[in-house]
Amino acid sequence: MKRLITFAALFAAVLSKEAFHGHQVFRIVPKDDVQLSLIKLLEDMLELELDFWRWVTPLDVRVPSHSLQAVKSYLERHSIKYYTVIKDLQALLDEEQKQMKLATYAWNTDSFDYNNYHTLSDIYSFQDMLVAEKPNLVSKIVIGQSYEGRPLNVLKFSTGGSNRPAIWIDCGIHAREWVTHASGILFAKKIVTDYGQDTALTAILNKMDIFLEIVVNPDGYQFTHTKNRMWRKNRRPNPGFRCVGVDLNRNWNAGFGGHGSSNNPCKNTYHGVKAHSEPEVRSIVKFVRSHGNIKAFISIHSYSQMLLYPYGYTKTLAKDQKELDQVAQQAVAALTSLYGTPYRYGSIITTIYQSSGGSIDWTYNRGIKYSYTFELRDTGHFGFLLPAKQIGPTANETWLALKVIMHYTLEHLY
Amino acid sequence: MGLRGVIVLVGLMGTTWSFNATTIRPEAVSTDTFARPETTEETTEQKGAVAEEEAVEDVMATGELNPSHYPAQRAAKVVQHYLNTRYGSPYKLFGLKQVQSGNAEDVADSGRKYQLDISVHEIISDTKENCSAEVFFPRGVKQLSPQVQVSSCEELLKIDANSEEEALYQQYKTNKTLRTEKRLPDSYGHIDPEMTPFWHLGIVASSFIMLNESTENTLYNVAQVANITQLTTENDQLKFDCHVLLHDMVSQEIPQWKMLFTWSPAGGVKVLHTEQLPHVHDCEKHPKTN
Repeated sequence: MKRLITFAALFAAVLSKEAFHGHQVFRIVPKDDVQLSLIKLLEDMLELELDFWRWVTPLDVRVPSHSLQAVKSYLERHSIKYYTVIKDLQALLDEEQKQMKLATYAWNTDSFDYNNYHTLSDIYSFQDMLVAEKPNLVSKIVIGQSYEGRPLNVLKFSTGGSNRPAIWIDCGIHAREWVTHASGILFAKKIVTDYGQDTALTAILNKMDIFLEIVVNPDGYQFTHTKNRMWRKNRRPNPGFRCVGVDLNRNWNAGFGGHGSSNNPCKNTYHGVKAHSEPEVRSIVKFVRSHGNIKAFISIHSYSQMLLYPYGYTKTLAKDQKELDQVAQQAVAALTSLYGTPYRYGSIITTIYQSSGGSIDWTYNRGIKYSYTFELRDTGHFGFLLPAKQIGPTANETWLALKVIMHYTLEHLY
Repeated sequence: MGLRGVIVLVGLMGTTWSFNATTIRPEAVSTDTFARPETTEETTEQKGAVAEEEAVEDVMATGELNPSHYPAQRAAKVVQHYLNTRYGSPYKLFGLKQVQSGNAEDVADSGRKYQLDISVHEIISDTKENCSAEVFFPRGVKQLSPQVQVSSCEELLKIDANSEEEALYQQYKTNKTLRTEKRLPDSYGHIDPEMTPFWHLGIVASSFIMLNESTENTLYNVAQVANITQLTTENDQLKFDCHVLLHDMVSQEIPQWKMLFTWSPAGGVKVLHTEQLPHVHDCEKHPKTN
């Protein structure tokens, strides 16, 4: 079907010679028949020259550039949900003619390319598509804005209830760790696919909610696509210094400013001017505080192939160290069972390095007992530049470990 | 022969290259040190925080080491770099698979010695072997490189990649000149198959730097080969100019180095010159290419 659409567009393009500059394609999600008839009225406004590609919900419509403002106002006035699937149709056609990569542009989460790394806007589109496809299971919460004003999106997976005990998973706190964002996308898809099919996941979602923040650091991620693939921090300028950025995993209020972070804004482990100074961190802090019922907090990083628990800032053993260690052992066993990928596990400070102001130390000290950090593949051969074909295997093996932790949390609610 | 003599001997065995290569480091780059802020409103926040900070390690573990923990892991990584400098090639690359056991002891006031049982992996042939190794980290005012000695690893080191190495060598010896603007790997982890041997060469050459720079407070990997160019063959050795990005896990920094090195199947990799590039802050480090 999509090939037909693109062929038709191409045909028209050939006839009219680059007629689609600035044209956008909207995906409209009417919530009831009233909204649907309002949209039908739009079609009757011939001067808008709208071209509906799809009349089954969600509706796809090509909007010429001269009608963009009018259509947007109309939809917003009537509170009709929509989002932009294609920002410039001509650019897309040019791109497709050059690369013949029709498959890259996903029309739904079934045609999304999970075995590739994606741009930030593609990840945001994925989130919206998933919500549009499974509105009864998934919703999107915007918990704040990044320093450069990008939305900080969290997907909530819930089968109902009210403020159920919850699991939090975050990816992409460090920009260059691309396999984490890519894995997060796969986790999201897995949750909606496996609910009702996988016993463990179904049991979890019947009693608990899952919150998934796929891109904690969107400014940094964007920067790794446009300017510097090895960028780690966020993109806050440091007044008085030539260097930009704060290490978001040194900015939490747990041993803040201690050894294991840097007070030098030019360093990659710079902790920021004070704890929770960074909007990307502050928004999660606010969310966790106001939710009040998060029982497991899991942060996904790469690389090193490790499963870590608190503490990073101190050698003092966590009160629940023995239990955290046992659960880690089981989680790692599950992970390794898939492809034999070896993982080490232990506390942050003994296993990898001393690290102060880290997220899971803060969450643990707040009473979120099952606080873990993953370091995904590999151990340094490709490092941050993990080949795209390893995304699937990495996400799949990690998912097994996540399920162990989530299921254990479910069975040991506190 | 006293302990010092043994160490010197081990040093000679392990790092003869260092007598020939020149190393240049950037001048004490002021942008790297904690600069005085330009606006007064910052002073209260930076009060008392001027000293440059390194990840401070308390008294390092002595005696039997937990193989999962970082002290043994960092020492084992040094063995990986050592093996690559001695035996690495476009078709032979070593990785650390696992640390089985480790032991550390202080050596008078001169440094720390690690004894390790590790399993090492030759990545291309996917062969594994258990090895024993000793790593000595010297302590002193001037930073000296660690000394490594490896034993019972013979099978791995005998892996034969001669025909591939010879073929590559002949191909590039006279006719072809390699020049690539592409980073290896690119941002997506992709490398063209015909560039893979040169990615490996870049890693091997970088291993000399990583070995030299390693301490108990570092853990180096090659992040990316930014650029590798073939120069005119000299004395039957292929010659290369190379720009690499390293990654130190402990500081999370990306030190950049330029290198001049030679390679032939018979001679292995020999590094002629290394130069650390000054840390570039933000924005256009290099034009963006995939």
